[in-house]
Amino acid sequence: MNTEKRLVYMDHAATTATRQDVAEAMVPYMTGTFGNPSSLYDLAKVSREAVEKAREQVAVAIGAEPKQIYFTSGGTESDNWAVKGIAFARKAKGNHIITTVIEHHAISHTCEWLEKQGFSVTCLPVDRFGMVDPADVENAITDETILITVMMANNEVGTIEPIAEIGAIARKHSVLFHTDAVQAVGHIPVDVGAQNIDLLSLSGHKFHGPKGTGALYIGPGVRLDPLMHGGAQERGRRAGTENVPGIVGMGLALSLAVADMAENAKRVTTLRDRLTEGMLAIPNTYLNGHPDKRLPNNVNVVFEFIEGESILLLLNRWGIAASTGSACSSKSLEPSHVLIACGLPHDVVHGSLRLTLGEETTAEDVDYVIGAVKDVVQHLRDMSPLTPPELRSQS
Amino acid sequence: MYNEKVMDHFEHPRNQGVIEDANGTGEVGNAQCGDIMKIYLKVEDDVITDVKFQTFGCGAAVASSSMATEMIKGKTLKEAWDLSNKAVAEALEGLPPQKLHCSVLAEESIHAAINDYRTQHGLEAWEEKKGSHAEHQH
Repeated sequence: MNTEKRLVYMDHAATTATRQDVAEAMVPYMTGTFGNPSSLYDLAKVSREAVEKAREQVAVAIGAEPKQIYFTSGGTESDNWAVKGIAFARKAKGNHIITTVIEHHAISHTCEWLEKQGFSVTCLPVDRFGMVDPADVENAITDETILITVMMANNEVGTIEPIAEIGAIARKHSVLFHTDAVQAVGHIPVDVGAQNIDLLSLSGHKFHGPKGTGALYIGPGVRLDPLMHGGAQERGRRAGTENVPGIVGMGLALSLAVADMAENAKRVTTLRDRLTEGMLAIPNTYLNGHPDKRLPNNVNVVFEFIEGESILLLLNRWGIAASTGSACSSKSLEPSHVLIACGLPHDVVHGSLRLTLGEETTAEDVDYVIGAVKDVVQHLRDMSPLTPPELRSQS
Repeated sequence: MYNEKVMDHFEHPRNQGVIEDANGTGEVGNAQCGDIMKIYLKVEDDVITDVKFQTFGCGAAVASSSMATEMIKGKTLKEAWDLSNKAVAEALEGLPPQKLHCSVLAEESIHAAINDYRTQHGLEAWEEKKGSHAEHQH
């Protein structure tokens, strides 16, 4: 089948490698200058200053003030904190939350839990490109609405949502607006001021920072209950000794990502389009997500008549790491809620493949992946009872 | 997630294809659940002389089809009927718990093909044992 063996990582939306320079910058804060930022002596001061430098790096990257950045353990914690923190802080004002059907589970499962606590949640639909309609957001607002949470860019299909417009609607109605920007920060321009964002979640390992790091941006005057109770770290809002090496790594990784963003995005977009074209050249293959309002690195397609886990297992033999929305590949045996929300029938969702590119992806990688996917799709179509005769290999 | 035996049968499936002049065929599963198995039998004097399969599904579904067809080739219809999903999973040296239903699909598709042969040849269809498919849940 395949003779060439190499590693082509096409799952950057899942996680990225920590940059070598970032990893090296973290080491001193684990070994030599390991002090607890809360302590009084000079050793601790070095840690404290490092954390504050990172806070500034993160703030600059999203157009915020350093004092508006709160470090967390990652995107999931930031999302939980924002949604639960606002819900409980504002429950005297109302009990209604607006979200969408395509949110990451860190948002959707949190909202489901809040429903059990007596909150009411409106889950807005998306169009076939995975796009939320701002008019739907406005129509869903009631006197009881206390929070709107809509992701900036979708992790599966890459669709970029009209965040600034939704933020403006939230402002107009004096409702707080949170966005899960985990897939966006470091990849596309983000400006909390221009985009009318009150709270924003981000995660370090999506832009070549370390895993277990994240931040929540909390805008001026926004009050929310803490998620973590304990010490007075993060100005009393997020307890727990700061993950100093992680914070240092995330700050540096984000400042480097933003510095190269425009150039990288342009290069990666070209490769993305080349890969998309290669995929769509395979018969009975369709693109998921928006054709152009999408993340520079995201390709998501469905191949009719075959199943995604099989695709991944065979691609793995070619050294290609990718992802699928097929139920068969998930531990829960549930198909992708995002592809279902985009209107794909259940049987077609099983044949989805997500390829997410990175800075190190080359044109050769893309061509290698195109060749491998063609081979794998044909192999599986030849095996499938659903494949029409004209799509089978001549044998 | 799969052991070497399962991966071997997934990557190099035995008996994959179609028998043009099959005298018993059976198809079970549905595309919504993510797996469909189709079995083709060539039966001569009550013995399965040839068997082929087509499968739409995950690695476990393909491996189960491959292993099950190997296990019934050359067997009498009664012997093939008695092949349990458990025996298929054991022959594959184990499947992840959430994938056991794939081996059930193999058993069911063989049963469907055998009964297709029997009804086509004026014989009564055999009855499924009650509760034997309890593990096939989605």
